[in-house]
Amino acid sequence: MSRTLQAPVTVAFDYTRSTGPVIGRFFSGLRDGVVIGGRTSAGEVVVPPLEFDPVTHEPTTDFVEVSSVGTVTSWTWVPEPVKAQPFDRPFAFALVTLDGATAPLLHALDVTSPEDVSTGMRVRVRWAAERTGAITDIACFEPLAPGEASTGSTNEASSQVVEPVETPVTGVVVPVSLDYDYAASPEESLFYRGLNEGKIMGQRCPTCQKVYVPPRSACPADGTPTEEEVELSQTGTITTFCIVNVPFLGQKITPPYVSAYVLLDGADIAVLHLILGVPAEEVRMGMRVKAVWKPKEEWTFSLENIDHFAPTGDPDADFDTYKHHL
Amino acid sequence: MGKQPAAIIGVGQTHHRAKREDVSMAGLCREAIDRALADANLSLDDIDAIVVGKAPDLFEGVMMPELFLAEALGAAGKPLLRVHTAGSVGGSTAIVASSLVQAGVHKRVLTVAYEKQSESNAMWALSVPLPFNMPVHAGAGGYFAPHVRSYIRRSQAPTHVGAIVAAKDRTNALKNPYAHLHNEGTTVETVLASQMLWDPIRYDETCPSSDGACALVIVDEDTAASSPNPAWIHGTVMRSEATTAAERDQVNPQAGRDAAAALWKQAGITNPIEEIDAAEIYVPFSWFEPMWLENLGFAAEGDGWKLTEAGETAMDGRIPVNCSGGVLSSNPIGASGMLRFGEAALQVRGAAGEHQVDGARRALGHAYGGGSQFFAMWVVGSEKPSN
Repeated sequence: MSRTLQAPVTVAFDYTRSTGPVIGRFFSGLRDGVVIGGRTSAGEVVVPPLEFDPVTHEPTTDFVEVSSVGTVTSWTWVPEPVKAQPFDRPFAFALVTLDGATAPLLHALDVTSPEDVSTGMRVRVRWAAERTGAITDIACFEPLAPGEASTGSTNEASSQVVEPVETPVTGVVVPVSLDYDYAASPEESLFYRGLNEGKIMGQRCPTCQKVYVPPRSACPADGTPTEEEVELSQTGTITTFCIVNVPFLGQKITPPYVSAYVLLDGADIAVLHLILGVPAEEVRMGMRVKAVWKPKEEWTFSLENIDHFAPTGDPDADFDTYKHHL
Repeated sequence: MGKQPAAIIGVGQTHHRAKREDVSMAGLCREAIDRALADANLSLDDIDAIVVGKAPDLFEGVMMPELFLAEALGAAGKPLLRVHTAGSVGGSTAIVASSLVQAGVHKRVLTVAYEKQSESNAMWALSVPLPFNMPVHAGAGGYFAPHVRSYIRRSQAPTHVGAIVAAKDRTNALKNPYAHLHNEGTTVETVLASQMLWDPIRYDETCPSSDGACALVIVDEDTAASSPNPAWIHGTVMRSEATTAAERDQVNPQAGRDAAAALWKQAGITNPIEEIDAAEIYVPFSWFEPMWLENLGFAAEGDGWKLTEAGETAMDGRIPVNCSGGVLSSNPIGASGMLRFGEAALQVRGAAGEHQVDGARRALGHAYGGGSQFFAMWVVGSEKPSN
C-alpha cells in the first residue's frame, strides 16, 4: 500500500472576460470575418491590437483592417497535441504576419508534417464554421494552394481606417479546467486511513505537547515534526459555529446547515464539521456532541465517513474549558 | 543610514461596481493609474518602478496576470513586482512600493491593485471541495462567522453592534462618489431586518462583490516638494502568522496586535485613539470593526463594541472609521487594502471630498487577509515625520 493517499481533483470554471473596447474591436472583426489590427504611434500595425500604445501609453483607437493572408515568420512543430489544443493530431504553431500588419499573430497551422511548413511560406485564415467573436473564430491557418493568388480579400489594407461596429463584442466566456492529483501527506493519510477503520487519529507535538487533528506533519506553532500517534475520543465540544443559510455554486450540502468547530476530547485544535440531530437555532457554544458515522459499507478514506456530529444530551461544557480555542 | 522620507502624492481609484463590463483588467487598472498620475502631476514616463497586487489567481483564473498587464501598466523597460498576501494584498503592495522609495532604490514608484470579481465567483473559489475532507466550507462568510460569534460571546457585546457598523459605513458611502453601494436609508433597523446569511452575519453586514482598482504614486522627498499636499509615511508594518495553530486566537490575532504595537512605535504614537484623526480599517463583515478596534489598540480587549455603540467611530466621533464607506461599501478584493491605504492618504491631504474629516493630520490605513493571517498597515500624516 502506498504511504500516502491520492485522489483526482478537477477545478473548473467558466470565466467571463470583459474585453474592453480594443480587444472587443478585434473580436467584433473576427465575428464579422475580418482581421482588425491596431496602429501604434510608431506606425506599426499590430494584430491583435495592443490595448495601450507602448510609447505614448494612450489607449489604441486607430484600427485598420488587414488581410487574411500572410507570411509565416517562424513556427514550431507539435508532435503530440494535448487536450484543448486546436487539433487532436500533429500540427504547427506559427507566427504569421498578415499582409498589412507589421507584427505577427500566433495561431495553429494545419499541415500534416514538419516538411510542409517553412518560414516565408504563404498562408491564409481558415474561418470557423460558426463565428462568435473569439480567437477561435480563426479555426487555424492553412497553406495557400499552389498557383492560388497570394493576396487575400483585402489589399494593402493598413491604410484603411475601420469604423466602429454597431454591436461590438464586449465579453468572452473562457472555460478553464485544471486536473490534478491531490496528495495527502503521510500524516494526513494516517488520519484518513483511521477514518476508514472508524477511528479519529491525531498526533502530539513532542515540543509543545499539543495534539493536532488532523495531524499536520510539523507543528504549526514550533515547526517540530509530529510522530506520536494519538487516537482521539469521538466526543467533543462545539467551540463556535455558524449557520449557513446561503446557497452557492459547488455547494455539497443543502442549506441551512450548521458548520461548527468541534474540539474533540483530548485534542488541542478543533475540526470543522456538520451538526445535525438538533434544530439549527438550538445549537450552542459549549454543546457536547458525538460523531455519528455513516453505515460502514459507505466508508471511504474521508472525513465524510463521519456523517455529522449530534448532541450527546450531556450538560454544556463550561466556557473556561474551551475559551482558549476561540 | 535610516529610511528616506517618502510621501504619497497621487491617489486614484475607479468607480467600483458589481460589473465593470466596459473595461478589461488592463483598462480597469489604467483608469485608477491615470487618475493617480493626474493627481500627482506626473506621467508614466516619470515612473521608475511599478508594484502590482491582486488577490489569489483562482479568483479570476489568470495565472500571473502581471505578465500580460506589463505593457498596459507602463512597465516595459522598468522593474515590475507583484505582491501576494490574499485579502491584505492591497496594503502590503503599497508597503512594498513605499519601501522601494524609503530604501533609496527608486524616487517615483507607481503601485496598483485590482480585482475584477465579475469575471469569476470568489465564493466558489474559496470553497473548492478537496478530496478526503468534509465539504462544510462556505466562502469567506462561512469562515469568519464562527469567529464573529466567538467575539460576541467573549466581549458580551449586544447583538445589534454589527448593524450599527453596517448602517454607518453605508451612510458614509453616500458621500463617496466612487463607492460601489449607494444604499440610501440604511439604518440599524433595516440591517437587522436583512436576511441572515451565515448566522450571526446578516446580508447587510457583508461586503459586496466589486470590480475596481486603486493606484498610488509614492515618491521621495525631492519629488514630494512639488506637491501641494503630500501624505508623508510615518510608519509601515506587515506581520503574518500560522493559520491553524492550536489555541490560535482568531478573534484578536497575535500578528495583528504585534503589527499595531510596532506601527504605533514607529510613528511615535502612544495613544492611538487621541492621536489618529481618521482610520480606514479592513472591515469586510461589520463585526470586524469592534474586533479590529481592539486588535489595533484603539480600545481595550472586550471594549471595541462600546466605541462603536457610542457613535465614536462615526465621522464626528473620537476615532472616525471608514469615512469612505469602507470594504462594506466597495470590495474589489485585491484593491480593497490599497483603498484603505489610499483613503487614509486622502484624509491627511485634505482631499477626501465630502467624506473629509476636518483637519485630519494623521490617519491609519489597515488591511488583513487569509484566515486573519496577514496584516498590513500604515500611518500617514500631513507633516513630514520628525523621526
